[in-house]
Amino acid sequence: MTSLIARAKELLENKTVQVVIGYEAGPTGVVRPAFITDPAKAESLIYDERCVQNLAVYLTKREVKNIGKMAIVATLPVMRSIMMLISEQQLFADNIVVLGISDDGKLLDIADNKVMQGYIEKSDLSNPAKYKGLLAELNKLSPEEKFLYWQKELSKCIKCYACRQACPMCYCTRCTVEVNQPQWIPVKANTHGNMEWHILRAMHLAGRCISCGECGRACPVGIPCHLLTMQLTDQVYNYFKVYAGTSEKMSSVLSTYEPNDKESFII
Amino acid sequence: METIRKLIRKQSLEKLYNNLSTTRKVYAPVIASDKQVEYKYNPAFTDVTFDHIRSTLSVKNVVFPKVENLFYYTNKQTESTITDIDLNKIQEVVLWGAHPCDNAAFDTLRSIFCWDITDEFFAKRLEKLVVIGLSCHLSDEYCFCTSVGLAPNSTKGSDILLSRLKNGDYHADILTEKGNAIVSASPELFESVTNEEAEITSVKQKFNHEQVTAKLSGAFENPFWVANSLRCIGCGACAYVCPTCACFDIQDEARGKEGKRYRSWDSCGFGLFTLHTSGHNPRNVQSQRWRQRIMHKFSYMPERNNSLGCVGCGRCSSGCPVDMNIAEQLEALQNI
Amino acid sequence: MSDFEPKVVAFVCNWCTYAGADLTGTSRIKYASNVKIIRFPCTGRIDFMLLLKAFANGADGIIVSGCHPNDCHYTSGNFHAKRRWIMFKELMDFMGVDMNRVTFSWVSAAEGVKWADVVNTTVTRIRELGPYVSYKELVNKSVEEEVKND
Repeated sequence: MTSLIARAKELLENKTVQVVIGYEAGPTGVVRPAFITDPAKAESLIYDERCVQNLAVYLTKREVKNIGKMAIVATLPVMRSIMMLISEQQLFADNIVVLGISDDGKLLDIADNKVMQGYIEKSDLSNPAKYKGLLAELNKLSPEEKFLYWQKELSKCIKCYACRQACPMCYCTRCTVEVNQPQWIPVKANTHGNMEWHILRAMHLAGRCISCGECGRACPVGIPCHLLTMQLTDQVYNYFKVYAGTSEKMSSVLSTYEPNDKESFII
Repeated sequence: METIRKLIRKQSLEKLYNNLSTTRKVYAPVIASDKQVEYKYNPAFTDVTFDHIRSTLSVKNVVFPKVENLFYYTNKQTESTITDIDLNKIQEVVLWGAHPCDNAAFDTLRSIFCWDITDEFFAKRLEKLVVIGLSCHLSDEYCFCTSVGLAPNSTKGSDILLSRLKNGDYHADILTEKGNAIVSASPELFESVTNEEAEITSVKQKFNHEQVTAKLSGAFENPFWVANSLRCIGCGACAYVCPTCACFDIQDEARGKEGKRYRSWDSCGFGLFTLHTSGHNPRNVQSQRWRQRIMHKFSYMPERNNSLGCVGCGRCSSGCPVDMNIAEQLEALQNI
Repeated sequence: MSDFEPKVVAFVCNWCTYAGADLTGTSRIKYASNVKIIRFPCTGRIDFMLLLKAFANGADGIIVSGCHPNDCHYTSGNFHAKRRWIMFKELMDFMGVDMNRVTFSWVSAAEGVKWADVVNTTVTRIRELGPYVSYKELVNKSVEEEVKND
């Protein structure tokens, strides 16, 4: 991806940024995040269909922010995460340079936030196609079948919190599960407690999830926890006609309200 | 006890499994519906897999359960009654089909749990554990047992070690008294060996752990740690799937006047792992936590416990969402 | 099953529904006594986890009730609550938790009759649905998962 490498080199040489966050292939060929601080090392940056990790998770990490101004290789999910982080005051738009990547892998010219917002608004923001099918199937099951399905999946959970750590929107320095006055969610891993954890996580991400699927990808035991957050993303659009990560104003669904929100079940 | 090698035919192996499975708890590997390998108690022999490279989670659950109750309590007006767990109720478990890396881990765990004082819970479970190990005829790029002083057919930690022969029968190396007791209960299933060679995979050595340990003793302030840990997201998956990681959290859980104290798996990779009540956190940056992980396993444990904190199973690397490939990092450390 | 008396927990806001329930009482309206009322300053304070904790602790049904939209004592608490309930209901439906056991309502301080109605309808419905066995089994199974390790 020569244009990306050239741009990264340029940004580092001009000292416009101190670190470029992107993807590289490790010695075993597995794609992993790269943090390029030396312009000569920019050659190791790659971009191909294996580059799916949401790199925005590093934008709130102290050790990365302390390197200096950051440039980040940003596919659509990453751009939306950046927008969400800006809207929640976790990131200043002037502190980062967005190296946008289009759906067909080309480098985009994202000069500033307005341009990024324009690009996001033109894009398809619904859940990625590969997850729509599985969501539709699950939605067809009866309530009892759904309950059994999630019990089976969540019995595997070991409470390692990889899902939380991989999510760019889970940036709380003290997560609610780490507070023990009260201990809202049991620390140990058992099916019931695991369910409570995943329900809490999905609700805390309602209206904030941009459907990158990182949570499910990071899970070491293969629980499709991304389906929980993506189902709510669908429902947020269904009821409120908005998608997350489209504006730098704080507008996420559960932080705001309209007096005329429609629902059918409150008597 | 001197090792005795016997031959056990495929059909006899099934009989042995069924004999054991009907009389006690047998923890054996199966392929789950999502194609992952997991260990279950007493699955049918036809479900047991002999071709797995690694299970997603390690088998440390049999001696160090992911949740373990320590005691129960009841609060009355002015006093609390504590009910201890009766450790004598812990049943014998036969661990079936675990590979040499997983079995060697029991010794490492013992070096932690029984280091200066004996952890009664762990010790009792280990005492009640019988290990029928399975040598590896398959391996992949994440395996590195040969770099940590082990091999695909190491006997360390096993009571009986099975090795597959070309014709589908197995060698059974009987290594300990516990193993001998299993054989004596069904002697007709074990025959004299032939000259068959066992199928053992080969695992290329990637680094020399003794050299790594030597390098680490002077490497605390080396910039290596920061440069190589930036991508770590502190997810904790590596510690949870690792057969030798033994950190745990202790919590109380109460419902009304009754409650229990339990311990559950924890990870030194978590941000709050070393948070003091004062608010100070000596390891509040991921690079310090990553350094801790490697140093603990490859420097502090060899120096203080005379054991190595890694068995080369590769679970951490294959499970890591950001490819913190531990073998790659140790290879690099060997050369700093 | 015929002598099953449902346990229903009601999370209500102090200014409207609680006062409304008071009115039901002072008006001497008889209604089902299966409900345990928990008073909150506002529906906006009702955390969705509380509903799950209620089920985990033996409730068979839940009522969540507050001020009508535009009447919230704190101006907008019930608007936030409404959105939260919409998302929570969708999530619970997706996971197979029985939302027929949960009634959401707006009951004002003047609606003593309505409160009795809400409670009676809910209790009748829960009585027909029976005890929430699958949730209780989930919680008990979780206890068993630990005992297995002992």
